[in-house]
Amino acid sequence: MSTSDAILLPDLAPDQDAAVLVRGLGKRFDEVEAVRGIDFSVAPGETFGFLGPNGAGKSTTIGMLCTLVRPTSGRATVAGHDIVAERDEVRRNIGLVFQDTTLDGYLSAAQNLRLHAELYGVPRELVRPRMQQVLEMVGLWDRRDSLVNTFSGGMKRRLEIGRGLLHSPRVLFLDEPTVGLDPQTRSSIWAYIRELKAQEDITIFMTTHYMDEAENCDRIAIMDHGEIIVLDTPEALKASVGTDRVQIHTEDDAAAIAALAEQFGIEATIAEGAVTFGVDAGEEFVPRLFAELGVGIRAVSVSRPSLDDVFMSYTGSTIRDAESTASDRNRDTMRAMGRR
Amino acid sequence: MSISTEPQSAPPDRTLGPEVVRVRVPARSWRGDLRAIKIVWQRELIRFSRDRLRIVVQLVQPFLYLFVLGTGLSRLASAGTHGVNLRTFVYPGVLCLAVLFTAMFSAASIVWDREFGFLREMMVAPVRRSSLVIGKCLGGATVAGFQGVVMIIISPLVGVSYQFTLIVEIFALQLLLAFAITAFGVMAAARVKQMQSFMALMQLIILPMFFLSGAIYPVSGLPRWLEILNRLDPLTYAVDAMRRAVFAHLNISEAARHALDPGVTWWNFHVPVLLDAGVILALGLGMLGIAIAEFSRID
Repeated sequence: MSTSDAILLPDLAPDQDAAVLVRGLGKRFDEVEAVRGIDFSVAPGETFGFLGPNGAGKSTTIGMLCTLVRPTSGRATVAGHDIVAERDEVRRNIGLVFQDTTLDGYLSAAQNLRLHAELYGVPRELVRPRMQQVLEMVGLWDRRDSLVNTFSGGMKRRLEIGRGLLHSPRVLFLDEPTVGLDPQTRSSIWAYIRELKAQEDITIFMTTHYMDEAENCDRIAIMDHGEIIVLDTPEALKASVGTDRVQIHTEDDAAAIAALAEQFGIEATIAEGAVTFGVDAGEEFVPRLFAELGVGIRAVSVSRPSLDDVFMSYTGSTIRDAESTASDRNRDTMRAMGRR
Repeated sequence: MSISTEPQSAPPDRTLGPEVVRVRVPARSWRGDLRAIKIVWQRELIRFSRDRLRIVVQLVQPFLYLFVLGTGLSRLASAGTHGVNLRTFVYPGVLCLAVLFTAMFSAASIVWDREFGFLREMMVAPVRRSSLVIGKCLGGATVAGFQGVVMIIISPLVGVSYQFTLIVEIFALQLLLAFAITAFGVMAAARVKQMQSFMALMQLIILPMFFLSGAIYPVSGLPRWLEILNRLDPLTYAVDAMRRAVFAHLNISEAARHALDPGVTWWNFHVPVLLDAGVILALGLGMLGIAIAEFSRID
């Protein structure tokens, strides 16, 4: 990187203790602006999630923070080290779990870990105890001498997470850690991640496009079209969307809608075959509804806003719809990046 | 906290509790790079030892070249060999060819590593890329060295008896050639990203290199165009050095030596064996340098 760039760079002075500090970070691949000058910071010990459809710029951002992709604008520090000027320092302090497996299938689990320990210069006397520790943490100690090729997808992912932890990184990057796994395996991966959070003093930075997984994070940044649209705790994000959704099955839907408007001033519509409306505190509203509506109610359901609703309200589309439109852009990005 | 340093002594159900083994990764040092070279080299050996088919192929291959090629051709050429068995004549060339294939396959594994993602694990490690490339080349050379040992063991079958200096010379030349070829393959693998393309490229290179090298014919008195191509082929120098080493230990007539082992000439200059080896070494180091530069460039 030339020094002339440094003059244009924003000041990193505040919040120097942050595990990850990002100021105006951007990446352009020829025609495609994959990341457009984003800012955020992650506190030590936090679990921070990047949520967004494929092609939103999540993986490019994580790639820059892991020193695998060179930013074209802005700057960032990870564990206090500049991602461009101190690449090696950053690499020493981070653990990486990629979307695609990066294990050697012809080696055993233990051999994969040993290779990692040697490459990262883990002190010799610590290699074995640490290896045992991470393998036990991800539940693979008994399988340590099995070839990785014999592992299931979930076991491989767990092994990769264990390997990422082997050199006690300060920040663990998980790029779509559960993509391509079945729901059961996904939840077991999350159980392991929670356990490691309890044991290790570590910051976790992850990307996902599963809404339910993002709920495991302390804070979430929703990303779309290379920009951070909103950043907050899952609770605050959901609260910001506002109302709970109430659906009632009644004996006379038309009368119910009229009664809702008349008595509660609520505008209701028919959705999914039920009278549907939003109120602030759905669970407290339901008893009043039974007492005052005057139309027979056969069934009622109250749902809290999900992160799906959050994503919808901030981006104007569901994450699945966003993916289908983003896939074109994504292809351009991939082409520009070339295959590694 | 005390940590047992005996490798196998940790009880399997040791409770870890809150006492987490904290690793402090040291700053980059030449020791760290040496460890990286060693582990990458070791990985090559482990993978080779796991690949039974490859071991069998390596054991069978030389017999195929030597006896099929040597015996088949000898039916044609017995008049021109001054009583030397043609198998003996092609033996040095086959020594090179065997190493050539083996080393090229070792280099190809980098392309596999890329396709299976493992290359990334190595590329993000806080070590010099040169360590990875050097470890890989040494690994390729070592694996090819096993092949060389097989070839040396069968030497009496082609009329070359065991002699200590000869064995050392052959083995050293094979390691050198294997190193250079692996370096070449690694250099190519930095650019060629798909296995099919890499294999096609190797096909395109290996066979012409072999046929131009003089492995199956003497290199004197060739037509001008072939002589030029022959002298440009790096393998020529490996074959020449190998053949001179072997023939120096044969008890054959001067006429036979002159006809079969004329030695490579540049114009009228007779290239000595050490210069042959020097050419291979220089090319190997050059390609190693390019390979390191290529891999350091990749983010």
